[in-house]
Amino acid sequence: MSDQTSQPAKAAETDKGYWAANVRIILVSLVIWALVSFGFGILLRPMLSGISVGGTDLGFWFAQQGSILVFLGLIFFYAWRMNRLDREYGVDEE
Amino acid sequence: MDQYTLNLLFVGATFALYIGIAVWARAGSTSEFYAAGRGVHPVTNGMATAADWMSAASFISMAGLIAFTGYDNSSFLMGWTGGYVLLALLLAPYLRKFGKFTVPEFIGDRFYSPTARMVAVLCLIVASVTYVIGQMTGVGVAFSRFLEVDNSTGLFIGAAVVFAYAVFGGMKGVTYTQVAQYCVLITAYTIPAIFISLQLTGNPIPGLGLFSEYSPGGEASGLYLLEKLDLVVADLGFASYTEHHANTLNMVLFTLSLMIGTAGLPHVIIRFFTVPKVADARWSAGWALVFIALLYLTAPAVGAMARMNIIDTIYNNGVSEEPIEYAARPDWMKNWEVTGLLKFEDKNGDGRIQFYNDKSEAFAAQAAERGWAGSELSVNRDILVLANPEIARLPGWVIALVAAGGLAAALSTAAGLLLAISSSVSHDLFKGQLTPNISEKGELMTARVSMAVAIAVATYLGLNPPGFAAQTVALAFGLAAASIFPALMMGIFSTRINNKGAVAGMTVGLLVTLVYIFLHKGWFFIPGTNTFTDADPLLLSIKSTSFGAVGAMLNFATAYFVSHATEDTPDEIKELVESVRVPRGAGAAAADH
Repeated sequence: MSDQTSQPAKAAETDKGYWAANVRIILVSLVIWALVSFGFGILLRPMLSGISVGGTDLGFWFAQQGSILVFLGLIFFYAWRMNRLDREYGVDEE
Repeated sequence: MDQYTLNLLFVGATFALYIGIAVWARAGSTSEFYAAGRGVHPVTNGMATAADWMSAASFISMAGLIAFTGYDNSSFLMGWTGGYVLLALLLAPYLRKFGKFTVPEFIGDRFYSPTARMVAVLCLIVASVTYVIGQMTGVGVAFSRFLEVDNSTGLFIGAAVVFAYAVFGGMKGVTYTQVAQYCVLITAYTIPAIFISLQLTGNPIPGLGLFSEYSPGGEASGLYLLEKLDLVVADLGFASYTEHHANTLNMVLFTLSLMIGTAGLPHVIIRFFTVPKVADARWSAGWALVFIALLYLTAPAVGAMARMNIIDTIYNNGVSEEPIEYAARPDWMKNWEVTGLLKFEDKNGDGRIQFYNDKSEAFAAQAAERGWAGSELSVNRDILVLANPEIARLPGWVIALVAAGGLAAALSTAAGLLLAISSSVSHDLFKGQLTPNISEKGELMTARVSMAVAIAVATYLGLNPPGFAAQTVALAFGLAAASIFPALMMGIFSTRINNKGAVAGMTVGLLVTLVYIFLHKGWFFIPGTNTFTDADPLLLSIKSTSFGAVGAMLNFATAYFVSHATEDTPDEIKELVESVRVPRGAGAAAADH
């Protein structure tokens, strides 16, 4: 795609598409981020109280450990996905 | 060898290591002082960020706060890790692409306004100094214990050490030193936790032990650790460990404040300026969280197990029997009595240590029946992690290791914060605004003087801290959340927010949050000058530690309305924002303006 970046108008088009794709990935990730912490960990905990985990319930696990594990997954997913997106749109640093 | 010598030996050896590294990697130029020449690998950077990040609050204070409250303090765990998601997705790659040295520099350029830059410097200083107060509290606790002096003396010694240490190097010295500090602190945190988890549950991984069967000394009890703990605390009138008692609105806002604050703290953000590429900035945030998670997945286990062990020590024949006699108390209690952070008062004069919830009305009748006249032991929550290996009767070297680890945590963060404060003052305030022609030497000098002033203020306020280490630190997060994060995020995700909007937003966010905190914690944290308390807060059930999220919303709203009521941003700023959004062409940083 290097020939596209040499033309400013097309480059701007590419950048717009790239940014829109990035924002979509961010939104999906943030929904998951909020769901496991504020959702499962706090607000939805009563709904999950039937599922027991090691002497307590799933909500407690999400609040104290589960959410942290999901956060880790999210960041690595985002880094991997974005580095691929950079190449797809030819906007990486190489 | 006695414990005192052993402590000195461990703490001395680790300090010699850090100082050795700092001298070896001593900063030569201003560029090295601030950003280590951008030659730091993502894994190394992640580890240094983790050390920078995990302070006295995470190491010394957090598990203690969880231990005494249980589920309700899960906010610390979710908040201080969830912020990395925001950092990785919303800020880190773009700030790296922007390619400058400090947070106020980005704000000044993006909002094409020296005023915006100055307001950002102010926000940064207020949040960072508050944060350093929390660190000094933790440093005081750690030094007072291992030097066996009272808390204030410990604080003064700690302040001197932090100062000597922080002025030594800049970012480069700090980066490699912090890698060493991370190794010390994570070993110090996990080793006692593994021992204790083995003792109580037979599971060598504390994070799994927390959800395993309670089997002290290998004897199965037929109950999970958390079930047993709930039963035991209930027998002493305490609220259950695993249930939700806290106000839900406050808990949500508190968690959110900590998350947003994490992504708004300058000493963490500054880390992402030091990686070679935009792609590396994304990975760096992930690696940082990996190293942080090693401690954060262990912390809830440390909390629950320490609570169990304390009650077990005091009620060595079970909670339905009488507690131990004061004369027969274990050594760790004697040791901590010296610091003044653990106190015993024989209220019913029977020579035994009654420890229960004397605030519970439901339990009052039962307590009276047992001849108890109030809880006789007061334990400062900040001592719990440091006392933990002693409570579990672990070998002396483990206790010494924990002392060294606690100091590593407090020192690394204090150094990182002081670096962020000093670079803002010297680089943004003096070089950028007041004296643009300042020499490199003069800039470094200003940086060091501002560090000294920041430590002096933090030490003075640390003598009467507004809360336990982690609570003071939480206030700092609220301030960062309300002021810096929204400005950075809007600067990247909107081309419409203009100079006036950003300045108005930051000012409103910072001032409203600061006033709310001062109303509850005392003006300038001076005790007794508060109008409200966190037990009965001004607004709904929102405590001062949770207000940062509200401040952030006010910041966003103000910036939005002011920007839309005033002129559009200039075209070159729109181009700047669009270029920041795309990794292509991210070169090395430039310090010029």
